[in-house]
Amino acid sequence: MTDKLSFALVSPERELFHGDVDHVVVPGTEGEFGVLPNHAPVISLIRPGALRVFNEGAERRIFVNGGFADVTPAGLTILAEDAVDLADVDAAKLEQDIKDANEDVRDAKEDARRAAAEARLVRLEAIKAALIARH
Amino acid sequence: MASLKDLRVRIASVKSTQKITKAMQMVAAAKLKRSQEAAEAARPYAERIGGVIANLAAAVQGEGAPLLLRGTGKEDVHLLVVATSERGLCGGFNTQIVRLARERIAALQAAGKTVKILTIGKKGRDQLRRQFASMMIEHVDLSAHRVMTAAPAQGVGARIRALYEAGEFDVATFLYSKFKSVIAQVPEAQQLIPATAPAGAARPDLGGAVYEYEPDETDILDALLPRYIDSQILRGLLENVAGFYAAQMTAMDNATRNAGDLIKKLTLQYNRQRQANITKELIEIISGAEAL
Repeated sequence: MTDKLSFALVSPERELFHGDVDHVVVPGTEGEFGVLPNHAPVISLIRPGALRVFNEGAERRIFVNGGFADVTPAGLTILAEDAVDLADVDAAKLEQDIKDANEDVRDAKEDARRAAAEARLVRLEAIKAALIARH
Repeated sequence: MASLKDLRVRIASVKSTQKITKAMQMVAAAKLKRSQEAAEAARPYAERIGGVIANLAAAVQGEGAPLLLRGTGKEDVHLLVVATSERGLCGGFNTQIVRLARERIAALQAAGKTVKILTIGKKGRDQLRRQFASMMIEHVDLSAHRVMTAAPAQGVGARIRALYEAGEFDVATFLYSKFKSVIAQVPEAQQLIPATAPAGAARPDLGGAVYEYEPDETDILDALLPRYIDSQILRGLLENVAGFYAAQMTAMDNATRNAGDLIKKLTLQYNRQRQANITKELIEIISGAEAL
């Protein structure tokens, strides 16, 4: 019984974060839920949104583009396709990226390329929404 | 007998070949290290998702289970996903995988099944095309991806699932080369669809509590199974890349050593020839002087 939550954020390619934290708020598909140490076991899908990690009074926001959360007595594991630390996101650059992606969608000649550009746009919009929610 | 000049040219040519194989060996060694690290880094995700699937698969059984898990109820049409490398100069690496594929095809055909082949990587396609051109339905080209990431694996996974949903096959098996060690890569077959929970996956100890599912089990399984299949493909592809570089490193090491032996042999021959020429000239001079 510890009063810290063991938290791991894992993407298909590598482990992005691993460590003990106080509290994590997860954007589940059925609504946000907080995970404290000794939470009951849950498996939940995640919608694209910000993961809020609280540790030692500091809050870190990490954008996850979907995935799922697995809570066990051993701790919380988030399996995410794609994760970005919102502290690293530059709002101006994001705007520019969204504009570029919009243009790509418009200019794409093949369906495959358009679908890729659209997916990129949806992702960037979701990051923007998560970024605005902070303020 | 080759002239001195011929020998000199040959030695120079073997030497430059040796330089190339030596460089390739060093490049392969460096890339092997990186791809091994990539394969290692991808392991936590695969393990966790495998554990969750094992858990869920036990909870969701029978009619309610997603198609990817319970299968079509038949096993008449088999899809073999054969992953090989894009490039050669790697010894028997690709041949091993192709041999396993051939054996599988022969066994399945003997059992009266229909076989379809999807190839990943140019080398496997070229080797299989000679014999099984009519069965090959698709090819995935990964040469554009210099480093293996999740994106191409997801592309392959999406392709396979689309074929499955279109009723193109009943069972999908993934053939790749398992990276056992730098000197041993063992070709392996793994069933992708219907998805099987990994044997020996660590189920988390819940301490008597029961999992809650949000939304319900079936929805989660629906969302997770494609990711699980993608992660299996990614793992296979990463092992393939690591195995490829290991095989290339070994092959190039052998080639370098071989070139060294050849150079030694040719140099010896060259020196003998040179001395023979000197001796011959001396004899000519001496016998000429004696005749006077």
